[in-house]
Amino acid sequence: MRWVWIDRFTAFEPGQSATAVKCLSHAEGHYAEHFPGFPVMPAALILEGLAQTGGILVGEVNEFREKVVLAKIPAAKFHRDAVPGEMLTYTVRMLNLSPQGAVVEGRVTCGDELVAEAEIFFAHLDQNRSSQAFGDHNFVFGGELQYLLGMAKLAAKPAELPPAAT
Amino acid sequence: MTQEDIFGKVKALLVDALSVDDDEVTPQARLQADLNAESIDFLDIVFRLEREFGLKIDRNDLFPESIFSGDPKFVQNGKLTPDGLAELKSKMPYADMAAFEKDPTFDKIGDLFTVDLITRYIHSRVGAK
Repeated sequence: MRWVWIDRFTAFEPGQSATAVKCLSHAEGHYAEHFPGFPVMPAALILEGLAQTGGILVGEVNEFREKVVLAKIPAAKFHRDAVPGEMLTYTVRMLNLSPQGAVVEGRVTCGDELVAEAEIFFAHLDQNRSSQAFGDHNFVFGGELQYLLGMAKLAAKPAELPPAAT
Repeated sequence: MTQEDIFGKVKALLVDALSVDDDEVTPQARLQADLNAESIDFLDIVFRLEREFGLKIDRNDLFPESIFSGDPKFVQNGKLTPDGLAELKSKMPYADMAAFEKDPTFDKIGDLFTVDLITRYIHSRVGAK
């Protein structure tokens, strides 16, 4: 399974805010277990998508040189279930940013309805002297997330998009 | 803003940051030993203070890290030397050192991080604005 829980960015304002969408598909394996006969998007995976949206917002500030890891979720509220067939919109706004870490506030909506909201706290691993333990390789912003990083940049600079092929 | 007003706001944000009951947050409460704060919580607290009081706070100003780096001039046999105590006082001018000075054991430095330390720090910053 690809551990990417957002499908694309729809807005990206560096250092300020980001919006991404996630389409929920019945083909995702977790619905078989969560729950049999009653498929519901697991709340933890909704938070993961929100954290990926926020993590990329935070990482982009330092051009993805820092290892940005989810350190703490001080508050999270879930207002209703999300089910296959729906499209979730993850919106995050930067609350604080420092050399050691960052906090974002996030909202998850489906159309006009509020699905969840959370505050997510990220730490910069390098700034907390963990590089000895984790090495220099940036395991956070590598591989599969590269695709989304490109999408985030495209969302940030729509004017520079090449014209669509016809 | 009085020290009492500041304490009320500090208390509310510590309740949110550390998921503790508000009667646990007394001025003397130690962030780690009494309120179970972990290292990452200190940065969370700094961010909340910045938002609540509209300040820019350097984490090391309020919660200094690695003050002595194992320097024998400052720490010997697990205790702070007079030079070490002077250094600590200069790095943590808002801490209440009275009890610590009687038994300046290195491992007890964490006990200086109290709710009162935060209140005094903010009072000095807000007054200085």
